[in-house]
Amino acid sequence: MHLAYPAVLSALLFCTGLYGVLARRNAILILMSVELMLNAVNLNLVAFDVWLSKTAEETLHSGQALTLFTIAIAAAEIGIGLAIVLAVHRNRGTADIDRLRDTAEGHESQEGSAADGSDTDAPATGAAAEKAEATA
Amino acid sequence: MTTTTLAVLVPLLPFLGAAAGLLLGRAAPGFVRPLAVLPAVAALALAVVVAVRQGGGPSVDAATELTPTGSVPIELALHIDGFAALVAVVVGLVAACVQIYSTGYLREDPRYPSYAALVSLFTSAMFLVVYSGDLIVLLVGWEVMGICSYFLVGHYWETPEARAASIKAFLVTKLGDVPFLIGLFALAADAGSFEITKILGTVAHGGLDHPTLVALLLLAGVAGKSAQFPLHTWLPDAMAGPTPVSALIHAATMVAAGVYFIARLLPVFEASAAAMTVLAVMAAVTMVGSGLAALAQDDIKRVLAYSTMGQLGYMTGALAVGDRGAAVFHLLSHGAFKALLFLAAGVIIHAAGTNSLAAMSRMSNLRDRVPDAYWTMTVALLALAAIPPFSGFFSKESVLGAAERVTVGHTEHAPGAAGWTVLVAGVLTAFLTAAYAARLWLLAFRGRGEEAPDHGRQPLTMNVVLWILAVPSLAFGGFAYRTLPDWFDGNDLAPTLTTSVLGTGAALVGGLVTYAAWRRLTGVAARVPLGAVAAHPEGDAAQVEAEAIATHAPAYGDVASAPDPADPGRLLLGPLHRHAAAGFHLDAVYRELFVRPVLAAASLVRFLDREVVDTYVGGAGALPRWLGAAVRRAQTGNVQTYVSALLAGTVVLAVAALLVASGA
Repeated sequence: MHLAYPAVLSALLFCTGLYGVLARRNAILILMSVELMLNAVNLNLVAFDVWLSKTAEETLHSGQALTLFTIAIAAAEIGIGLAIVLAVHRNRGTADIDRLRDTAEGHESQEGSAADGSDTDAPATGAAAEKAEATA
Repeated sequence: MTTTTLAVLVPLLPFLGAAAGLLLGRAAPGFVRPLAVLPAVAALALAVVVAVRQGGGPSVDAATELTPTGSVPIELALHIDGFAALVAVVVGLVAACVQIYSTGYLREDPRYPSYAALVSLFTSAMFLVVYSGDLIVLLVGWEVMGICSYFLVGHYWETPEARAASIKAFLVTKLGDVPFLIGLFALAADAGSFEITKILGTVAHGGLDHPTLVALLLLAGVAGKSAQFPLHTWLPDAMAGPTPVSALIHAATMVAAGVYFIARLLPVFEASAAAMTVLAVMAAVTMVGSGLAALAQDDIKRVLAYSTMGQLGYMTGALAVGDRGAAVFHLLSHGAFKALLFLAAGVIIHAAGTNSLAAMSRMSNLRDRVPDAYWTMTVALLALAAIPPFSGFFSKESVLGAAERVTVGHTEHAPGAAGWTVLVAGVLTAFLTAAYAARLWLLAFRGRGEEAPDHGRQPLTMNVVLWILAVPSLAFGGFAYRTLPDWFDGNDLAPTLTTSVLGTGAALVGGLVTYAAWRRLTGVAARVPLGAVAAHPEGDAAQVEAEAIATHAPAYGDVASAPDPADPGRLLLGPLHRHAAAGFHLDAVYRELFVRPVLAAASLVRFLDREVVDTYVGGAGALPRWLGAAVRRAQTGNVQTYVSALLAGTVVLAVAALLVASGA
């Protein structure tokens, strides 16, 4: 099999995952998109390992070994990620990434004092507009 | 034990007492009094033993080098000659008396432990100065005394007078200590050693390259420490401290250190005729000026402070005519009677509830309230006024006799002009001394008016000490003037007829004139009521004194004088009284010359710092702040925005890397 097929497939997978990470609003779907990206990388690793080991006199198949690593780490990552999402959902009643913006600049003062609120409203609304563009 | 071991123990015991007192003061209040009194008494006993063993014979020298310095060596050295042995005995006597007296004087004072420890440290430092054979070690004691005087003068730090006085005492003496330090280095550089014996050996062979410079630099430090004109202004203000501290500073330590230092290094000063003349003029100005100022003071302790300056003037005068035996003789007898005067004044202040002579002159029966203080103070005042046969007479006559010998040209060291200056100023001061001594006695003990307040009996510890000190004040001079020359340089200290008649005559005239003036004014006192007494007469003496000091300025308008028309000093001084009361406005002159320029410079520096330097600092901070505000706007809290930016950056970097790699 020519190397181009798995490479193109992995690029498509990666782009799909990237789109999901950037555009999805549900945190679980974002995590799934991350898995897609990781698997695209795994595919690349296996494909290029096979292609390289054809010409090499002896090989350790390190690409395939690394793939196993990545799969194990991805499992762990998704476990922690889902647990966090679950905890956030229990706390906030939502897993919508757009509504979890506690680290925004001026977030504290927005809740704290009304006087500061008018000052920091502008960037907050600006960011919301930006977000709307990104989801569109 | 050898004499050296004993001599080492003399400064060490009070030092250990001070350390233990400072450490245990809070934990074990029961030990504070023994820890204060016992080391002082033991040090006195050891000093007496050292003096007996030394016996005026060849000096005891011992030295050990702690560590090599690379250039001029510094050694822990002892140099005990007759001067050191006897001065140490007086220091020990006064320190022991002051410690015993303080247990009564400050018996309810909450800060007594630290006070007693500092007095012990002070004593230890003075012993170090007295016994030290190395100038750097001497300097250590010298500076420790400076810092102790700062703490002790400021003992009543609740009162603004005490705070100001302690800072003033420290700064003025330090002003003299800076040239003093430079002078010590110059002297050591010329002589190649800090050791006193080696320096004196160098001087004897004429090996000193800059005698005048060295002598004048050293003189500045001595003037600061011994309160000689023009660095004397701290001494009257230092009266804001407790009376036992005044007694310690004025009688045996601190101010005596300067005179003693010149006495040790007199050949260095004698190598320069200019320095001896400066010394004589300094002594004369101090003597006469302080005598006049003492006549105008209202605070009983300030009178005594100015009298200390005058008596120190006699000592420096004796040194200026090259007779250190006479100077140290007067130092010894003055130490006894001045300590007595101060301690008795403390008793009187406690009994009267005021430190103002004007207020005391309106109390009758004060002498019956404090009979011990009355009799002992009479003895001490007669000694101060140099009336024969009290000890002050013999020591003062030895000074005047030395000056007279110089005027007729019998000695080769001192210039004749110095002799005349000291002699004339000395006789004039004898007159003034007797006048202010008589004024003090008449106003304090011969007052008329209401009964003095009854504050009960004075503590036994305070009265016993007075009688102990009265013995040397009465008899020391008469018994000692024949034997002392064996201890000293061998100069004759016996009074000569001419100066005795002159000096005693001047003193008698001074006393009688004051008495006449006082008689003329007795009626006036009754017509002008005046006086304020302490609010807590049942408190211990220290509290009464602190209140008296704090209320003097509000009650009488000034810390130094009172508007009392019945004051014989006012009649005697006439138009001079106003200036004398203010110490001839020297403080005002210093304020104009030094304090105001320094304050102006300080406000200039403040302006430069606040307005100029801070502008640059603020400007440097403003730019990053604006940048930060701009960058903060990107912080939207939306993770996806961040990832988008990350992706965009990655793409840009990848494209740039490709372009670079392909060589486009």
